[in-house]
Amino acid sequence: MSPQLIIFFLLAALAVAGALSLILARHPIRSALSLIVVMVALAGLYLLLGAEFVAAVQIIVYAGAIMVLFIFVIMLLNAGEEERTNLSRIATMAGLPLAVALGGFIAAAIARAPLLPPSSAAAPFGAASTKSLATLLFRDFVFPFELTSFLILVAILGALVLAQRES
Amino acid sequence: MVPTSYYLVLSAILFGLGVVGFVFKRNVITIFMAIELMLNAVNLAFVAFSQSFGKLDGQVFVLFVIVVAAAEAAVGLGIIILIARQRQSLNVERVDLLKL
Repeated sequence: MSPQLIIFFLLAALAVAGALSLILARHPIRSALSLIVVMVALAGLYLLLGAEFVAAVQIIVYAGAIMVLFIFVIMLLNAGEEERTNLSRIATMAGLPLAVALGGFIAAAIARAPLLPPSSAAAPFGAASTKSLATLLFRDFVFPFELTSFLILVAILGALVLAQRES
Repeated sequence: MVPTSYYLVLSAILFGLGVVGFVFKRNVITIFMAIELMLNAVNLAFVAFSQSFGKLDGQVFVLFVIVVAAAEAAVGLGIIILIARQRQSLNVERVDLLKL
């Protein structure tokens, strides 16, 4: 087993464990911390895939900014333990078999699919990868890039309007 | 080297767990976090394909997804604060004005 494969399985196990803990935790703060674990594990996987810039953005924007926003809101609203509610009867009777069937279909489809080999041509690695990413982003995708700035402006205005105090 | 299929299977597992969390959780904030988990799973598939095909377009897409997720988080959390203010609760079962 190559070292890359070992690192992949470690990070994958970490990500899946974090996702499971997100679902199973009853307190929102625990869910948020689990989600941060998932995001850090994914950043490691991006490094493994040779996407350094995306890994850095993942840590800075996702684990840094977005999750801080989440935790800030959880603490602001003083969110406590989740209260249990009864599932509807149809959901308990039909839900589990249907979920198992769907999972089985997807697993069968994956098992039958041919194994995609890792790229031999290989995307440019390291600083070269970030440089070509910048070229691509600011030349071929410059219009969508400018649109995102507009999107962020609208989001700022929306958040301000939503969160302002009612007079 | 790790086969691309492994990344795709991991991505599918994370996405599935996100769907499960979205359906089963009752807290608005946790549901929102499950959505972020699904977005992250899709990002992983994008980067894996980008490496598999040796093209960087997938990584550009991931950057756009992250930008949209940030905007979505800002607006969504604003909405959550409004819900909490009006309903005095974060439970989605209490937000049933449109329910028959």
